[in-house]
Amino acid sequence: MKPAPFAYERPRDFTAALSMLAARSGSAKIIAGGQSLGPMLNLRLVQPELIVDISGLAELKRAEISGGELVLGALVTHADIEDGRTADVTRGAMRGVAANIAYRAVRNRGTIGGSLSHADPAADWISALAALGARVTLRGLAGARTMPVEAFVLGALESALHTGEIVEAVHVPARSATAHWGYAKSCRKTGEFAHAIGAVLIDPAAASARIVIGAIDTTPLVITDAVELFGGRIAADYKQRFDVRVADALLAKAGIDDAAQRHIHVSVLRRAVQEAAA
Amino acid sequence: MGARLPRKEDDRLMRGRGQYVGDIRLAGLQDVAFVRSPLAHARIRGIHVPERYRGSVFTAADLAGIKPIRAVSGLSGFKISEQPVLATGKVRQVGELVAMCLAPTRAEAEDIAASVTLDLEELPAVTDMLKAREPGSALVHEHWGDNVFLETNYEVDISGALDAPIKVTREISTARQCMSPLEGRGVVATFDPRLDQLTLHSAAQMPHITRSGLAECLGMEEGQIRVISPDVGGGFGHKGILLPEEVCLSWLTMRCRHPVRWLEDRREHLVASSNCREHHYKITVYADRDGTLRGIDCEATVDSGAYSSYPFSACLEAAQVASILPGPYKMPAYRCRTFSVATNKCPILPYRGVARTGVCFALELMLDLVAAEAGLEPGEVRLRNLVRPEQMPFDNITRKHFDSGDYPEAMRRALAQIDIDAIRGRQRKGEADGRRIGVGVSIYCEQAAHGTSVYSGWGIPMVPGHEQASARLTPDGGLELRVGVHSHGQGMETTLAQVAHEILGVDVAKIRIILGDTAMTPYSTGTWGSRSMVMAGGAVATACRELGERALRIGAKLLQHDPASVVLQNGEVRGVNGSASLKAIAHTWYRRPQDLPADVDPGGLEVTQGYKPVRDSGTFSYAAHAAVVAVDPDLGEVEILDYVIVEDGGVLVNPLVVDGQIYGGLAQGIGTALYEEMPFDASGQPLATTLADYLLPGPIEVPAARLDHMETPSPYTQFGVKGIGEGGAIAPPAAIANAVNDALRPLDVELMQSPITPHRIVAAMLAARAAERSAA
Repeated sequence: MKPAPFAYERPRDFTAALSMLAARSGSAKIIAGGQSLGPMLNLRLVQPELIVDISGLAELKRAEISGGELVLGALVTHADIEDGRTADVTRGAMRGVAANIAYRAVRNRGTIGGSLSHADPAADWISALAALGARVTLRGLAGARTMPVEAFVLGALESALHTGEIVEAVHVPARSATAHWGYAKSCRKTGEFAHAIGAVLIDPAAASARIVIGAIDTTPLVITDAVELFGGRIAADYKQRFDVRVADALLAKAGIDDAAQRHIHVSVLRRAVQEAAA
Repeated sequence: MGARLPRKEDDRLMRGRGQYVGDIRLAGLQDVAFVRSPLAHARIRGIHVPERYRGSVFTAADLAGIKPIRAVSGLSGFKISEQPVLATGKVRQVGELVAMCLAPTRAEAEDIAASVTLDLEELPAVTDMLKAREPGSALVHEHWGDNVFLETNYEVDISGALDAPIKVTREISTARQCMSPLEGRGVVATFDPRLDQLTLHSAAQMPHITRSGLAECLGMEEGQIRVISPDVGGGFGHKGILLPEEVCLSWLTMRCRHPVRWLEDRREHLVASSNCREHHYKITVYADRDGTLRGIDCEATVDSGAYSSYPFSACLEAAQVASILPGPYKMPAYRCRTFSVATNKCPILPYRGVARTGVCFALELMLDLVAAEAGLEPGEVRLRNLVRPEQMPFDNITRKHFDSGDYPEAMRRALAQIDIDAIRGRQRKGEADGRRIGVGVSIYCEQAAHGTSVYSGWGIPMVPGHEQASARLTPDGGLELRVGVHSHGQGMETTLAQVAHEILGVDVAKIRIILGDTAMTPYSTGTWGSRSMVMAGGAVATACRELGERALRIGAKLLQHDPASVVLQNGEVRGVNGSASLKAIAHTWYRRPQDLPADVDPGGLEVTQGYKPVRDSGTFSYAAHAAVVAVDPDLGEVEILDYVIVEDGGVLVNPLVVDGQIYGGLAQGIGTALYEEMPFDASGQPLATTLADYLLPGPIEVPAARLDHMETPSPYTQFGVKGIGEGGAIAPPAAIANAVNDALRPLDVELMQSPITPHRIVAAMLAARAAERSAA
């Protein structure tokens, strides 16, 4: 379990990093915290010619509130969020998610941009940030583009990143005073990847909800028009109105044939709804 | 003896100063990576090595004269497998060694391995041990005509049980596991032309047996081979076999004349090395209405994998099931048929507890079902059927000779400490969070240090006889002990010193234990079967007694006493004229021989003595385990709320070390119960190829168990000690499964398969609901 040979660069400025990526046209990989790429290199699942280590890029480490939303640079670590070293516009929602990602050792090095770029369906941020309505900015030499997290994740380990692009920042909108947050997951043991994730942002005052069913084999199910899950109406009694049959049907439609798997996903989602209502 | 002494070896081990195979640095060392079979079953049509790497890659064609590994059992009908150290003709498991690649670093060796291409003709894989027994199955070893290494039949008049009013039949199975020591296997081989000696450093539990096996495969004299096993980071059985890698690297270093190294990485451990535990039982238990056992009828199948491993063989596990299934229970009728089945998987090895973990799981789950049929508490059914203390020593229905113990008392204490009545009350009230509480018990016996009379019957390459130890007083009064067993977490550098201290009174700090080196220690079958404290401890005591007797005679001369009028106490010889320290006595023997008595024993202050217990049928330690769990039926999650272990290991040399052994075993037992499983697909591909898929319990998953010790000395051993190394891993799967089933019984959910995963719980619950609906 040793990686195939690769060249290594650690650029000090963002443009240099982008130039290196562009020059290699697809045979380069970015490393930040290395918590997923490291094992993949050792298993020779990826064999890039060049590793561009972006951990020295100061501009990707910023975290600031701008225009009412939180902008987190791609290099912000899970531990930065867990420990409250970054500002928060989600009233603790992100902090709670961060604190339960893998193990502390992983959280110390793993980054929010790396987690999104890796697009592992069982990872926390792709589901949590989709529920929070976050967007992600990608930058390449040709410029930047911004898209919702759910549009960024295309499938298992598959993102909208083009060759030569880097996730630059995540934009998290402020959670409104009336929005309830719930996040639940099922892991076979502490710190393991989840086998089911439920993330819900429910605003009974606005009669709206963003519901995410994550840790399925492919991209998370993001339900922005969620009234059917609550018997046709999102109101203060949403916890009682939550309809497990609708959730089960959504999962069946998404291709999950195994009834026990669906049951666990639906149960986890119900936990998230209950947590939001608590 | 009996002191909770912190382990001497921890001074280096806990500071990161241990020296493992991977820490050995030799000048000119090069690394090896293997090309391994990507297929479970295939004919090798060709092995293509790029031109630039010829000379760095070696295949079976290069290894002329090297014999395959053969571990034959003498049991009637055993079919022989030959494991070529590098594959010839066919590959029979994923990960089988095909070619050996040499380079200055492991990464470069892996580059070379990646450049080698194999031309393989895939054959149908044998992956299901039950289907493998059926006619028409693909064959792992064609010339056998079937896939059965060995079938055994054992019966004591089962017909007498058939009219019992309670008859419960189930199929029960345990998953294939990987033993997962912190340190994997590892080999550093080097050849010394001056000594004409191959030195093999290997993370091995049984260095002397490794040497014998190597000599057989390499066609060398044993004296030409030295096996050194340095610090070893956990064995559990995984390090108890002769590896094809050991043979390959031995050959390689003699060919290239420089040191070579191979270190097992975690993926090799998971997919290519050796597995354990995969059992299947079809079992019927007969009982009277009051829960009294009338008999057991069982058909057990064990997936032995592709090859018979040296020295334990492919049949030890399954055939053992027949003799150990009844355990500490009385019954008048018994029948058991066993099959050791060859499949296209890694060889199976005896893992901590060996067949006992599966046997305990099968029988203890069945006894809970008997209890449910009889309308009794599970604990009550055990108490009715366990051997009673006044029946000791007890020969059970398979003629296992139980040396001593009070099994019902262990069970009663476990039930009291887990507070069974309080749990039943809590169950009636229900849980606020919707989870369900369950309580489960299990009890087992652990036969340990079983010797010649037991193993001669197996006819495998290794039969333990007398265990030897050497004891030597140094000129400055220190004590050196040489033993052929090894210590890889058992704390023997401390406990053997405690034994010597008990006899000679030498300060434990001044006692050095030398082990893990065939050139430095007496021959031994090594550390396995929970034998080391009984056997090596007994040998150390015997050697130290002889040494003490010799020292006493010298001391008497120094004190101008008759030897009959002095005693050895607290490290000195005492008489009415005063005392002579062992240090002074040693000084006299080595440095001032002119002061020795005329009739001094010319053997001096160095003694090698052998030892066997009075009876070598084994010590029987045992424990009752009780678990309380909370089960979330919707998520399938299981939390262990409380865990009690009441164990009897006879006289404990060091209770702190024993506690550590029990906690470690418990962690592995929890792994078996809830987490660990190596699944295979239909083509024989192992599916859990990293620790993200092969789940091991971590600190959060292992509860702080409550331990209670009973002490029934063995009548047959020095000091009354019993082997206890494996027990912690035997009972937890049964106790935890019984607790889960107890929690879910009101839902008509029953789990008879380890590990008990969330998916299995939820699937069983949905099936029970569906059955209820269709009944209604």
